[in-house]
Amino acid sequence: MTAHQTITAPEAADTEMMSGAEVVVRALLDQGVEVLFGYPGGAVLPIYDALFAEPRLRHILVRHEQGATHAAEGYARSTGKPGVVLVTSGPGATNAVTGIVDALMDSIPLVVITGQVATHLIGTDAFQECDTIGITRSITKHNYLVKNVDDLPRIMHEAFHIATSGRPGPVVIDIPKDVQFGKTAYQGPKAVTHAHDYRPQVKGDAGRIAEAVTLIAQSRRPILYTGGGVINAGPRASALLREFAELTGAPVTSTLMGLGAFPASDPKWLGMLGMHGSFEANHAMHDCDVMVALGSRFDDRVTGRLDAFSPGSRKIHVDIDASSIGKNVRCDVGIVGDAASVLEDMIAAWKAMHLSVDKTALDEWWRQIDAWRARKCFAYSPDSKLIKPQYAIERLYHHAKDKDVYITTEVGQHQMWAAQYFHFDDPNRWMTSGGLGTMGYGLPAAVGVQIAHPDSLVIDIAGDASVQMTMQEMATAIQYDLPIKIFILNNEWMGMVRQWQQLLHGERYSHSYSDSLPDFVKMAEAFGAVGLRAEKPDELDDKIAEMIAVRRPVLFDCRVTKEENCFPMIPSGKAHNEMILAEESRDLGSIIDEAGKRLV
Amino acid sequence: MPDPQPASVYDLDHKSEVENLATFAVLVDNEPGVLHRLVGLFAARGYNIESLTVAETDRNAHTSRVTIVTRGTPHVLGQIEAQLEKMVSTRHVQDVTRDPNGLERELALVKVRNTGAERVEALRVADIFRARVIDTTHESFVFEITGAPNKIDKFAELMRPLGLVELSRTGVLSITRGTDAL
Repeated sequence: MTAHQTITAPEAADTEMMSGAEVVVRALLDQGVEVLFGYPGGAVLPIYDALFAEPRLRHILVRHEQGATHAAEGYARSTGKPGVVLVTSGPGATNAVTGIVDALMDSIPLVVITGQVATHLIGTDAFQECDTIGITRSITKHNYLVKNVDDLPRIMHEAFHIATSGRPGPVVIDIPKDVQFGKTAYQGPKAVTHAHDYRPQVKGDAGRIAEAVTLIAQSRRPILYTGGGVINAGPRASALLREFAELTGAPVTSTLMGLGAFPASDPKWLGMLGMHGSFEANHAMHDCDVMVALGSRFDDRVTGRLDAFSPGSRKIHVDIDASSIGKNVRCDVGIVGDAASVLEDMIAAWKAMHLSVDKTALDEWWRQIDAWRARKCFAYSPDSKLIKPQYAIERLYHHAKDKDVYITTEVGQHQMWAAQYFHFDDPNRWMTSGGLGTMGYGLPAAVGVQIAHPDSLVIDIAGDASVQMTMQEMATAIQYDLPIKIFILNNEWMGMVRQWQQLLHGERYSHSYSDSLPDFVKMAEAFGAVGLRAEKPDELDDKIAEMIAVRRPVLFDCRVTKEENCFPMIPSGKAHNEMILAEESRDLGSIIDEAGKRLV
Repeated sequence: MPDPQPASVYDLDHKSEVENLATFAVLVDNEPGVLHRLVGLFAARGYNIESLTVAETDRNAHTSRVTIVTRGTPHVLGQIEAQLEKMVSTRHVQDVTRDPNGLERELALVKVRNTGAERVEALRVADIFRARVIDTTHESFVFEITGAPNKIDKFAELMRPLGLVELSRTGVLSITRGTDAL
């Protein structure tokens, strides 16, 4: 008997007896899951058996379990739905660990199902046994070891509730093999009684919202500093952010994670802030008098030197996670709640209280911002013979901007250039590993995005070092006919490591050269993909156009200048207003003091 | 062009702030691993644990009560409370120290080995502290004492010169006065 014969439609009676493996499949269907990313192995064979020929669940076979987690993250970020992963015990689970931490750091909803050895073997050092629940306890929002099959329906549904509500995150369900075989009465999402009373606060406190909007109305130099929480709160939050910015006339900047929530084409957009953010965004953050942090968490890459961070401002912090408020930076008005809900209430309060901004002061503020903008912080010296990485991204943006495009990245210089020179007008279009900074994220994430959006243009902006970390997922792209584009800015270096060694470690380039690089074009062909290479600026446009036109996976080896550095930059241990531009970078080593060098 | 007088102060030099002891009562779902989760949170974020007690308190509701004594600056204690609240397994967190109605008690078993005048003095001190003798030989006593942690500290301090050889403490338990319940 195959699984799909025993599984009935979701609306059927909820008292059916089925195996644990069938419960997993049925619960996934009842949770509206369409795709899962996984890799089979001994301890999950019963679940794979239940999946066999199940027409309603699409299983994407990755080539390494890390790839499954990143693909699920890409899927989740680009759709707003939870990503689902299925891997085996032991090495299957440990290989998934990097992606699980990545999802925790960036608040991405994942449900990761891991197989476990049979309950009577747990603790015996059985083959492919590991303490998955112990290993993943500190890297998940919550996790479960299912010791009794009767708990499985409840745990499956509860896991989705926990992963997707409040501050989203990964949930691991570790299911021993005998539990997968055991029989139980299935219960649907509405029939189960949750063991955990998990009800995160969504609606912000009305009194504090009134206090916040009053502060904004009294401000002379306001700024909205938004983060991934606005993206996670759904497209409505992005729409409300635009409305609120319009109401208040305030400039908007965003973290790396929040790009796309506010349109880059809007004149109120200052660009990304932080270590490699724009000059105008960082200076505006430093000099503002009221800062509204929305779904952002004052990460060290954003704040720079903490004791010099925006010293003259009152800070309003809206976050779904109460522990984020006041964690790194003290705030004057903390509002716990969902970004969409709070923005909606702030707009309503603004209108109900008939608030308005001081137009004269705001005009003055914008004049100051325009003066910072005039510094043109992203200017770079062009080169007629060699491709500058910034130029490559600019041209890529030029060719892709009018298309239905999704961008993923790896981690390093290329990631920052992508954030600086590719522009987003909509949320969920930008997938990057922000918190954990996982090299190797982008390629499998692109696989997940393309699965969710088969007809869209999905580009992984990559580096030569990062891309080699999860290269094997090219085979996944081929297997499922996913026309992802892997656009490698190839400078033959671990560029960001090299940059820090140049600026901070006396140009001692310790082990950062990408020696013995593969021939990426031949490698693409070996996988059955298309390999393209551009070495000169004048061939770049045609090659990019060719890459976009071909309906197959493409590995694009874009040979760029080797020693280009990522600017502007807030040197380690410095404040926002001490940011340096490319032309000032010669003596950076002398700008960063000893204390700064110790920072990551 | 920052304001001449900053609107608020962002002196984040927490090192110069005074560290205080704080007792948190945490009601958690009683499930395997919940203690590891809580202790792991403290270890991962570098918080101290001065004492920890945990036991199931309501079998039907599947709840356990954890009382944890920790130390930190006001900012760190605020973070600890928020991080405890954030755990999915957490139902309630109460900062017993900041609650004027907070009560704290600890139980200790104290073994004293002595003879002669020290033996008499040990009994006298035990009497003052209302400690009970629960075992004795010709050369030793085991005292049982309950009280606030500082009372037990004081008792142990007085017993040390009188032959204290072993001390076993439960860690702090807490509850609040009055009708309100966690």
